[in-house]
Amino acid sequence: MTMAQHPRAASVPAGTPTKITQGSKSPGGIGESTLRPDGTLKVTGEFAYSSDMWHEDMLWGHTLRSTVAHAEITSIDIGEALATPGVYAVLTYDDLPAETKNYGLEIQDTPVLAHGKVRHHGEPVALVAADHPETARRAAAKIRIAYTDLPVITDEASATAPDAVLVHEGRTDHHIGHVPHPNIVHRQPVVRGDADAAAARADVIVTGDYVFGMQDQAFLGPESGLAVPSEDGGVELYVATQWLHSDLRQIAPVLGLPEDKVRMTLSGVGGAFGGREDLSMQIHACLLALRTGKPVKMVYNRFESFFGHVHRHPAKLHYEHGATKDGKLTHMKCRIVLDGGAYASASPAVVGNASSLAVGPYAVEDVDIEAIALYSNNPPCGAMRGFGAVQACFAYEAQMDKLAAALDMDPVELRQLNAMEQGTLLPTGQRVDSPAPVAELLRRVKARPLPPEQQWLSADAEGSSVDVRALPGGLSNTTHGEGVVRGVGYAVGLKNVGFSEGFDDYSTARVRMEVINGEPVATVHTAMAEVGQGGVTVHAQIARTELGVSQVTIHPADTQVGSAGSTSASRQTYVTGGAVKNSCEAVRERVLEIGRRRLGTYHPAWATAELLLEGGKVVTDGGEVLASIADVLQDEAVDIEQEWRHRPTEAFDLRTGQGNGHVQYSFAAHRAVVEVDTELGLVKVIELACAQDVGKALNPLSVQGQIQGGTTQGLGVAVMEEILVDPKTAKVRNPSFTDYLIPTILDTPTIPVDVLELADDHAPYGLRGIGEAPTLSSTPAVLAAIRNATGLELNKTPVRPEHITGT
Amino acid sequence: MRVNFTVNGRPQEADDVWEGESLLYVLRERMGLPGSKNACEQGECGSCTVRLDGVPVCSCLVAAGQAEGREVVTVEGLADYARHRAGAHPGTGCAAGSCGTSLDAAQRWQAGPTDARSADAAELSPIQQAFIDAGAVQCGFCTPGLLVAADELLETRPSPSDQDIREALSGNLCRCTGYEKILDAVRLAAARQEETVR
Repeated sequence: MTMAQHPRAASVPAGTPTKITQGSKSPGGIGESTLRPDGTLKVTGEFAYSSDMWHEDMLWGHTLRSTVAHAEITSIDIGEALATPGVYAVLTYDDLPAETKNYGLEIQDTPVLAHGKVRHHGEPVALVAADHPETARRAAAKIRIAYTDLPVITDEASATAPDAVLVHEGRTDHHIGHVPHPNIVHRQPVVRGDADAAAARADVIVTGDYVFGMQDQAFLGPESGLAVPSEDGGVELYVATQWLHSDLRQIAPVLGLPEDKVRMTLSGVGGAFGGREDLSMQIHACLLALRTGKPVKMVYNRFESFFGHVHRHPAKLHYEHGATKDGKLTHMKCRIVLDGGAYASASPAVVGNASSLAVGPYAVEDVDIEAIALYSNNPPCGAMRGFGAVQACFAYEAQMDKLAAALDMDPVELRQLNAMEQGTLLPTGQRVDSPAPVAELLRRVKARPLPPEQQWLSADAEGSSVDVRALPGGLSNTTHGEGVVRGVGYAVGLKNVGFSEGFDDYSTARVRMEVINGEPVATVHTAMAEVGQGGVTVHAQIARTELGVSQVTIHPADTQVGSAGSTSASRQTYVTGGAVKNSCEAVRERVLEIGRRRLGTYHPAWATAELLLEGGKVVTDGGEVLASIADVLQDEAVDIEQEWRHRPTEAFDLRTGQGNGHVQYSFAAHRAVVEVDTELGLVKVIELACAQDVGKALNPLSVQGQIQGGTTQGLGVAVMEEILVDPKTAKVRNPSFTDYLIPTILDTPTIPVDVLELADDHAPYGLRGIGEAPTLSSTPAVLAAIRNATGLELNKTPVRPEHITGT
Repeated sequence: MRVNFTVNGRPQEADDVWEGESLLYVLRERMGLPGSKNACEQGECGSCTVRLDGVPVCSCLVAAGQAEGREVVTVEGLADYARHRAGAHPGTGCAAGSCGTSLDAAQRWQAGPTDARSADAAELSPIQQAFIDAGAVQCGFCTPGLLVAADELLETRPSPSDQDIREALSGNLCRCTGYEKILDAVRLAAARQEETVR
C-alpha cells in the first residue's frame, strides 16, 4: 500500500502532545486578552485531538451495547465474531482480569462490561478489536446476546412503588443509610426557619410544577483515545478527559495494575461540559491493548457518543413561594426530583447543588427544601455545566415571574427587592462573604436599549423588503411578519464554584524557571485538562505576572505531576490557577534567595527592599533594577511542585442541610428578547444580553467566550434540546445530530456581555469561577420572554411549537 | 480499491481502500491529514468540511471513490490555498466576475515546499489569523470545518452582511463559543481583506 507517510512512526504515536512555548511582546500578564497558546495549531489542523491519535500497527476497538434497557443476559455467543478475519480479540465480563469489575466517580456501581444484567439502553456488553473499524463493527454485530426482559423503572412512581424491582440490589454505599428507598441514590433536605408558619404571613402564594428535559453535552469531539501496551506490562493511555487522576484512580484497579503502570496523557479535548467527568472508552481500550499486545484506538461515532456519556439530569420540580403584598418573600417550599438513571455518576453532588441552591440568589429566611435523585433504567445522568443549579433556576425564576404577576409588580423589581447581598444567609446557614451584586446585574441588563422592532424589514430604493432570515422560521420562508409577536424576559441565577460539601478540592502545579539562550523561561506543568476553556492561556498569564518573564512553556498535562482536580464546577482558573500562582510565588522566593546569596553583597536593597520579578529582572518595589534573572540564575534551574487548597468546606447535615458547604458563588443575569410566530409556534431569539460578576477577568476575551458559550447552551435547552427517552421501554429515541438539535449560528442571537469585576477577597486575584453561571439564567430568561410574548404558562423545557400553538 | 486524487496540491494515492470508506476516513486515517474532523459523520455538523473541486462538502458524506481524479483542499492546505488565490487574482471581488478559484486554476496549483504539518510553516491565511485574534477558537474541534466554509464565503462574497455570514455558516455546529466570536472573526477577516485591496 502506498500512502503518504504519517509524520511519526515507530513507538511514539502520532498526535502525542508536545510542549507549547508562547512569548509575549506586551507584558502578557493577567487582565490582558492574550491569545491562546494552542491557537495556531488549532487553526492549521495540526492540534492533535484524541480521535487523531495514530500508531503504527494499531487496532480499532468497538463496543457492543445493549439494545434493551433492563434485562437479564441469559447467554452471550462470541464464536462467530471471534472467527471473523481481521478480529484480534472479543472480550466480555468473563475476560476482566482483576477482582475489581466496577468503577464510578463516587459510588463504584458501574460495570466495566455488563455482568448478567443490563440496566440501561446502550450499556457496554462486549468489546472487539480488529484491524479496521468497520471489521470491528461488523464482528460486534455477530455477537449473539439473549436477553430476558425485566420491568423498567422510568420515574419516581415506578421507582418507589411497593413492588418496584431494585435497579441495584444489595447497595452498600454511604447514602443507603439515609435514603427512603433503595431506588433513591441520595436525598438532601434543606430546612431553615419555619416555612409553614411563614406561609401564614403571606398575602400571595404561588405554586408551580416544572419539568426540565434531559440535555446532552454534545461536545463535538467524540469520546476517543489510544491505549499503547508498554514493555513493563503497563499501558500508556492518550485520552480526552476532564480529570486525569480521577480516571486513573478508576482505571488501574480494573486492569489489576498499580497506578504507576497506567501512564495517562491528555490528548486534545474537543469540548467537555461535564460529559467527560465519567469514564467512557478508557478502560475498554486498555483492556483490548493489554489483551492483544497492540496499540488500540477507539473513537465513538455520534450515535455511540449519545450512549457513551452521562447526560444532564432531567428533573421534576414542585415549588411554592409566598410574599407579602409589598413583594417581600415570606417563604419557599420545593421538592426536586432528579432522574439519575441507571448508575450514580455525579448524582449525589447534583442533589447537593439542587437542594442548597434551590432558592436561588434571593434572601428567604423560611425554607423547606427536598431534593432526591432516582436510580432508574433511563440513561445515566451526571455532570453537565451548572448541574443541579440549572434545573432549580429554571423553576425558581418561573416562580418569580408568577409571583410578580400575582402581585402586579414589575418582575425585575420583585427580584431586586428580594435579591441576596453580601452578608445574606443561604438556606444552608452559610453566610455569603463576598460581593453578591444580584440587583445590580439585573439593573444592567434591564437598562440596555432594546433591539429595534421588525428588523426583518429593510428599506431600499424599490421600497421595503423582507429578509426572512431575521424572522422565526428563517429561510423556510414561513412568515413575512404576520402573526409574529415580541416578548422580553429576565432571569438571574446563583451557582457554586468548586467542589462543595467537604471535598478536598486541591490542585497541583509544577513550575520551573531557567535561563535559555540568555532569556528566563518559565515552564508550567499541571494535570489540568484543557478542554477549550483557555486554562493554558491563563496559566501562561499568571506565570508572566508572577515571574516577570515573557516566554512561558506549557507542558502537556499528564499523570507525571500531581492531580489538578477536575475541569468542572467553574473551578480551574480558581484552583489550578491558584496552584500555578502559588508555585510561581515559591519559585520567585527561591530565585530571590539565589540572588541574595550570589549578588546580595553588591547592593543593600537585596536585604532591605521588597523585591519583585519584572521584565526579566529583579527590581525593588521602588522600581530600581538589581540584576537580570539570567544573571541571578545562570545555569541553575528552579523547579517546584506544590499542592494548593482553597478554604475547606463542610458536608451538609443530612436532615437539615445546614453547613458551610460552598467555596464561592457566581452570579449572572440575562435579558432575552424573542419573536414568536404564534400561528406556527416558531421562536426566534433576537437578543440574549448577559451581565455577570467575574470578580477579576484574567483574560477578558476568554471570559466573554465562556459567557456567550454558556448562554447558548442555555438557549438550546429553552427551545430545542432534549434527549427523548421512550416512557415505556426507556430506549433513547434521538441519538444523532439529525434528531437531537443544538443551536446553529442561525438560531443564536447576538449576545452582548456586560462584565462586572467585584473582587472576592478569598480567591486568587479576586477572581470568580465563571463558566457555569451563564448557563443557568439563559434558559429561564428565554422561557420568560416566550411567556411574555404569548401569555402561555409553559412549564417545560424545551418549548416546542405545539406547546405554543396548542395543537 | 485504489483511489487517486489531489490533496492540497499534491497527487495522492491510497490502496486497499474499502468501498464503504468516506473521503474523511481516507484523509484522516490513510493520508495522515487528521485536520478535518469526525464529529457526527452524518453531514449535520460541518466539522469535516473540505473543498472538493472548489465546492465545500462534508467529506464524511463523500465516498472516497467519488473523489477519484478530483481536487481536495483541507484545512491543512488552507493557508497555501489562500496565498495562491491572492496571487492569482489579488483584490478582485465578485464584481469583477472572478469569484472563486476556477477548476483550471485549482488544477495548476501546487503547494509550496513547506509542509503544512510542520509547526514553523505557520504563515496563516487571513481567516485563520482572524479566528485566533477574535477569540473564535475554544476547543477548536469545529474550527477546521468553519475555516474552510468561511474562507469559501469570503472568496465568493468579500463583504458579507451578518445575515450572509450566518447563512453561510449555518451548516457548521460549534458548541463552545455561542458563535459571537466566529462572527467577529469573519467580519475581521473581511475587513482586513478590504484593507489589503485598498
